[in-house]
Amino acid sequence: MRYLPKSPAERLAMLAEVGAASIDDLFEVIPAEYRLTHDLDVPRQQAESEIVDYFRAAGEKNATGYASFLGAGAYRHYRPVVIDSLVQRGEFLTSYTPYQAEITQGTLQAIFEFQTMIAELTGMDVANASMYDGSTGAAEAVMMAVRVTGRHKAVVAKTVHPEYREVLATYAKHQGLHTTLVGYDSKTGRIDLAALEAAVTDETAAVLVQSPDFFGVIEDIPAIAEIAHAKGALLVVSIAEAVSLGVVRPPVEADIVNMEAQSFGVALSYGGPFCGVIAAKEKFVRQMPGRLVGQTVDSTGYRGFVLTLATREQHIRREKATSNICTNQALVALMATIFLTVYGKEGIRELAEHNLAKAHYAAETLAAQPGAKLLFTGAPRFHEFVLQTEEAPAAWSQRLLDAKIVGGIELSRWYPELGNATLWCATEVITREQIDAAAKVLAAAPVEA
Amino acid sequence: MATNTENSGPRTLGKVRPHQTQNEALVFEKSSPGKRAYKMPPLDVPAVDAAALLGAAHRDTPGLLPELSEIEIIRHFTRLSTWNYAIDLGMYPLGSCTMKYNPRVNEAVARIEGLAEAHPYRPDSLAQGVLEIIELLQRCLIEITGMDAITLQPAAGAHGELTGIMLVRAWHESQGNARRKVLIPDSAHGTNPATAAISGYTVENLKSNAEGGIDLEALAAQVDEETTALMLTNPSTIGVFESQIHKIADILHAKGALLYMDGANMNALVGKTRPGDFGVDVMHLNLHKTFSTPHGGGGPGSGPVACKAFLEPFLPIPVLARRTGIDGPGTRDSGTKGTGTTGQLCWNYDRPRSIGRVRAFYGNTGMFIRALAYILANGPDGLRQTTEDAVLNANYIRAKLEDLYELPYKTSSMHEVVFSDKRQAARGVKTGDIAKRLIDYGFHPYTVSFPMIVHGALMIEPTESESREELDLFIEAMRSIAREVEENPELVKTAPHSTRVSRLDEVRAARKPILRWRPSE
Repeated sequence: MRYLPKSPAERLAMLAEVGAASIDDLFEVIPAEYRLTHDLDVPRQQAESEIVDYFRAAGEKNATGYASFLGAGAYRHYRPVVIDSLVQRGEFLTSYTPYQAEITQGTLQAIFEFQTMIAELTGMDVANASMYDGSTGAAEAVMMAVRVTGRHKAVVAKTVHPEYREVLATYAKHQGLHTTLVGYDSKTGRIDLAALEAAVTDETAAVLVQSPDFFGVIEDIPAIAEIAHAKGALLVVSIAEAVSLGVVRPPVEADIVNMEAQSFGVALSYGGPFCGVIAAKEKFVRQMPGRLVGQTVDSTGYRGFVLTLATREQHIRREKATSNICTNQALVALMATIFLTVYGKEGIRELAEHNLAKAHYAAETLAAQPGAKLLFTGAPRFHEFVLQTEEAPAAWSQRLLDAKIVGGIELSRWYPELGNATLWCATEVITREQIDAAAKVLAAAPVEA
Repeated sequence: MATNTENSGPRTLGKVRPHQTQNEALVFEKSSPGKRAYKMPPLDVPAVDAAALLGAAHRDTPGLLPELSEIEIIRHFTRLSTWNYAIDLGMYPLGSCTMKYNPRVNEAVARIEGLAEAHPYRPDSLAQGVLEIIELLQRCLIEITGMDAITLQPAAGAHGELTGIMLVRAWHESQGNARRKVLIPDSAHGTNPATAAISGYTVENLKSNAEGGIDLEALAAQVDEETTALMLTNPSTIGVFESQIHKIADILHAKGALLYMDGANMNALVGKTRPGDFGVDVMHLNLHKTFSTPHGGGGPGSGPVACKAFLEPFLPIPVLARRTGIDGPGTRDSGTKGTGTTGQLCWNYDRPRSIGRVRAFYGNTGMFIRALAYILANGPDGLRQTTEDAVLNANYIRAKLEDLYELPYKTSSMHEVVFSDKRQAARGVKTGDIAKRLIDYGFHPYTVSFPMIVHGALMIEPTESESREELDLFIEAMRSIAREVEENPELVKTAPHSTRVSRLDEVRAARKPILRWRPSE
């Protein structure tokens, strides 16, 4: 086996040195009736070339070369090539959680830089070293608000990503956490402020909203914060599209921000690995879940970094920990850090403006087609929009697929009240040509027989 | 031929000689306005006035991100990388973490365009390739564990534990009583009790017996009608297989409680025995441990949960299925409607007894691809040989060090060996000091002070990836340190002496936390 660095003779010599007659001696502690006496039924050992062929074939079967208007929590942005050349350095790739600070300063400093960038972008004081993804991060952020406030109810906007809400429901069920859903304004697609005001009480631990929300609409964060804070609840803002922060005002009135950082240079990879992160006001830092890197000095006064505030964590506090999270998404956070360094202060704005322009053009162009109209035009959007069509999406989306275009995602599975509504996304990688082609196909509804 | 001076000379210690590392400031400190590492293509649609479009929602003050050129970025992160120790540099015997070789073909295939660029909501008809990969990996993991069903959705081991305990809870609820407590041995990973607490259970500690294993009598006394499950790591955290495992399962099952297995130590079992055969009801795997996906400085991981058939109805949604007809019963397209061809793989959301979702989308797919590449590279014979080598390596270290380091439990070792610092502590040197001194010899330390049932533990897991030569160097380093403890304990207590930074002030870091850079006033 090509990964195993021992010759048969070396194995025999080592067995002799441990005093075993054969390797089976070392497995004698396993009761005989449970010892496997046959080969596992898995594919036979394969050459590297066979492995590459297998996955290449799978990739081709997956179909490539489609223009895609899919977004909804997973976004296609250009990934600068330096990201992959740097994260594949073995010293990053094959190192582990930096418990031994003296020989992991590289990972630790990079995480410290990540924490700083996330705090800067979100308008929060501090950010952690990462969570699994945006969906679990949202649930953890709400649980954090429960610990801070000592209250056990949450008010959740219906415009939070439906799968984030499903994850929160799974977590909440076992925590005695009661959640109330608040609907959206049918003109703006924003949370219904009057309904929110009615739902928030002095038992509310957290108000959870997403901005830009699931419809791509930017929420009125100051107004929502005022309602939450008036009753002593914390405001948790979830951000599924991190690139928006290049041009959208950060939710500085929030107490906790939960963000999915996949847009910062992370491949779609059919939904993961992505990179969640929780940022917050400094006063809540001791209730944060996950790892934190802090700055300190060594015995000679030289600057260095360590994992810190570990007394929140499971390996010290066990059942009293702020979360059970251990392994997080460190290498993906490194990708995000490199991405943000490449684009930098000006680039992130320029990138976000390109997204804004593409989506604006796509929305106008598609909505101009017969039988199509935009929903939620009463509030600003980032790079997603909701299109309502007279024709059923199932019909036109097949025509689009035939033209090698994946159109917007149907919303009826989560919002049946919206009928033939679809959610479209146009990032900087979409071309005008692709938008025009999609519009043309959309317009070409077959004539009724 | 020149004389080999590699392993001798005044600046050599074991297998290492010092070399220079470059200093490197924080990326923010290197920034200067106007530098660029990017260029946007010309905009092919009309530009928009962002401030006008967004109104009050427009960002007027940019975030303080750094401004650098591309060469500076490459140097910055390359310099940082050289400050890290890694498996690629040498043995990384961090017990319980299974720091094995991360094959490079895994990285190559995970980046194949049709896989890396696949959007999770693309129609199933355009995702058959990735769904087939997921199906094959599921089949392999079910076979390896001897279980009946699996979900790949959990993002890491602790997330898998949470999912597993939720399955157990859902099953108990379906039997009419969710029950109240989870039993956890005192040797367990901290994630186990933290998970039980998040699942709404109280944690009851189970004291280990004199061999560091489960005390059957104590277990029988503690298990009752309010016991949900026992969370058991097997082999245990001291690297010992629970030889009474079938009796443990029987005791639990007799009271209606289930056996949860923490699969962190599965690298000791693959191809030699199967948890499903020895009474485990539900377990998680760590693809980043046993199945070679890279640890990446702390993730991403992946924590599939395998279970017996009676727990299958409760698995998180969606589960992988084959389409039974065009838009047939029980299936729903994962995104925009595509054609539903009978026999095609699809995601099934129609699972009324499911615990719900534990994560958006389907899990860390990029890790599934890597893990499957590892299984294919090994085949059944390679997987078995891997396990045998991992166990042989641990026993070899044990045999070569047990005269100098205290072995608190004499039970035979599987894939890792746990010593204590008892003899060295008598000279004032603790496990943490020995660990730091190992760094000077060119090794990553073992796991320090865990498991908690061993006072001053040294938890060593070599994995199968170490050659005899590397093991011998490690053994020589440990023996040399044991001598240093006798002759010059201060040398060990103040280690490491060869690193860029010396011991860092953790107390100061925690007392007044500095968690981000800020521009100087």
